[in-house]
Amino acid sequence: MAADPTNARPPLLSVANLRVSIASDEGLAQVLDGVSLDVAEGRIVGVVGESGCGKSTLVRAVLGILPRGARTESGSIHFAGEDLLTLDERAMTRRIRGRAIGFIPQDPYLALNPVFRVGTQLLEIMRWHGDGSEDGAGPFNRARRARHRLWLIQILKAVQLPDPEQALDRYPHQFSGGQRQRLLIAGALACRPRLVIADEPTTALDVTTQLEILKLLKRLVAEFGVSMLFVTHDVGVVAQLCDEVAVMYAGQSVEWGGTGELLARPRHPYTVSLLACHPDRADGLVGIAGQVPSALAPPTGCRFHPRCGKAMAACAGTKPETTPSGDRHTVACMLYGVPDA
Amino acid sequence: MLRFFVRRILLVVPTLAGLLLLTFLLVRVVPNDPSAALAGENATLAQIEEIRRQYGFDRPLWQQFFIYVGQVAAFDFGKSIYTNAPVAQDIKQRLPATLELTFIALALGAGLGIPLGVLAAISHNRFADYAIRVLTVGGLAVASFWFAIMLQFLFAMELDLLPLRGRLAVATDLPPLVTGFHLIDSLLAGRLDIFADTLRHLALPAFTLSIGAIATITRFTRSGVLETLQRDFVIYETAVGYPRPVLIGVYVLRNSVVAAITQIGLLFGALIGGAVVVESIFDWPGIGTYAVRGILSADFKAVLAVTLLVGIIYAMVNILVDLVHALVDPRVAEQL
Ligand SMILES: Nc1ncnc2c1ncn2[C@@H]1O[C@H](COP(=O)(O)OP(=O)(O)OP(=O)(O)O)[C@@H](O)[C@H]1O
Ligand SMILES: [Mg+2]
Repeated sequence: MAADPTNARPPLLSVANLRVSIASDEGLAQVLDGVSLDVAEGRIVGVVGESGCGKSTLVRAVLGILPRGARTESGSIHFAGEDLLTLDERAMTRRIRGRAIGFIPQDPYLALNPVFRVGTQLLEIMRWHGDGSEDGAGPFNRARRARHRLWLIQILKAVQLPDPEQALDRYPHQFSGGQRQRLLIAGALACRPRLVIADEPTTALDVTTQLEILKLLKRLVAEFGVSMLFVTHDVGVVAQLCDEVAVMYAGQSVEWGGTGELLARPRHPYTVSLLACHPDRADGLVGIAGQVPSALAPPTGCRFHPRCGKAMAACAGTKPETTPSGDRHTVACMLYGVPDA
Repeated sequence: MLRFFVRRILLVVPTLAGLLLLTFLLVRVVPNDPSAALAGENATLAQIEEIRRQYGFDRPLWQQFFIYVGQVAAFDFGKSIYTNAPVAQDIKQRLPATLELTFIALALGAGLGIPLGVLAAISHNRFADYAIRVLTVGGLAVASFWFAIMLQFLFAMELDLLPLRGRLAVATDLPPLVTGFHLIDSLLAGRLDIFADTLRHLALPAFTLSIGAIATITRFTRSGVLETLQRDFVIYETAVGYPRPVLIGVYVLRNSVVAAITQIGLLFGALIGGAVVVESIFDWPGIGTYAVRGILSADFKAVLAVTLLVGIIYAMVNILVDLVHALVDPRVAEQL
């Protein structure tokens, strides 16, 4: 959907019409219902949406680590010309996870293993996926490990972790949240992946640290020449960091566009209210009326229609098509049914 | 680390003091006249009086208690009626046999219990999990004396694969005494034949003794692994491409064995208790048989010494468990 017309090369990551359901004790939840987005080479693409809209599920679908009971019903995930949905577990582990796609998790306090030194944990990634200069797993020998260690220390310097050499011998609880997030960023870059997926990497941190980490990420993306899929619920973060934004609501893609364009001229009523809610923009506290619907019994048609001020009768009927609207900007909403000329 | 030891040992002191007091009361206070009991049925009054003075039974109770504590501290438990040798010497001779048996049982418990627990957890609610659950419930429920006799019947009598009883065959030399553990001493002496014979004799009693430990460790490992699999770092480690076997076998397991290790401390008490039964059935020359013989021949000094000894071993094992705990989890180590 979102291919850049000026760029003939296919995007690095392309998720199209992805539908994922999760069966649990409470029933079958349609967690993702038509999510599409592209990440072009060298770009930072933001995925923004409220808590519970399926952002992490999208990330897990791309990495092939959906929770028990989850099923990819339809859609496709293409990465570097390969259909990830057709790869088996072994190929995903050896070639994709940690290797071609680096991952920065949401909560640095919980993501590291508490009973292993951080050096052990980060070097384990490199042990299986190399340092980018070699082809995946090499021999397990001292020389290779020593080389990895040196490279890791270099990256830890790049993520501005104090005392990188001593840091490798310490345990996760001996670091602050911001430092742990730097360690995890280093882990994501260590094998020189082509894409980094960050799932709300700053949500668990305080505002000042958050800002530092964002600056760092922006610099590293350029330095390492990687693309990034950056998940967040914070529109302000998107504005600082991302080249393009995909807006999700309750498991559906509702709008896509260049950051500047989308923030300046939001089309979808959900995006409009999401921007209006942001503390930097809102005059006083405004919220979106109503609640995010449960994925167990989602509204028909456009999932936003029960909360939408501009809803029409047709909105409950069918899911709106994604249509271009303006310059490099698409929206899935009945209001924009006719592509503007 | 040193501070940790000192503190742990200080913590053990009240426990041991309680144990001393309890054993003292049991022996000195409960029988209305221990001197009469000691002197035997046909003793004259003068003889009884003599014994009373000799043992200090004529002094106030609190003095008697301190004398008792002093004797225990000097490993002076008196002479056994049955063997007519000092109890301390008997125990010194027999303790290694029991410890060897118990350690092997514990090693079996951990060596089989941990892999079984992991297997059950990763096949959660599937066939292997159910099968292992049936086995562990059976293992906890089975009476060890019955199980021991069944093993003897099958492996020693029917199949004639393993010896029926004892610690070494009559024809086998004793290994030169270094540690008292035959497995170690035979290796030190380079006598593989003795080593093999020791193993053959250990097999049935150690396995009998380990049944409960295997079952308990399996269950604790299983629930530990299941709990750990829910943690966020498992998702992270999967997402960055740790291969599944490495993830489970190293990174998840180390987080999961903490509960199982704590359990081992408690198990040790059960193992020593179980050793009494198992040693009697397999005629194992350890402190279990010694205690049983002591009970049967009213050799109260022997029984008393064994009781105290088991208490001390139990306390030491629990200190050891804390130490291992600290080795597994750095956050615990920091609190030491
Ligand atoms: N393992 C699971 N079993 C059942 N439902 C699940 C499971 N994981 C997620 N869900 C459901 O899927 C929906 C989306 O969850 P997801 O974690 O992807 O949201 P999110 O956008 O990442 O939210 P947040 O911003 O809070 O991280 C939620 O309604 C959640 O209840
Ligand atoms: Mg999430």
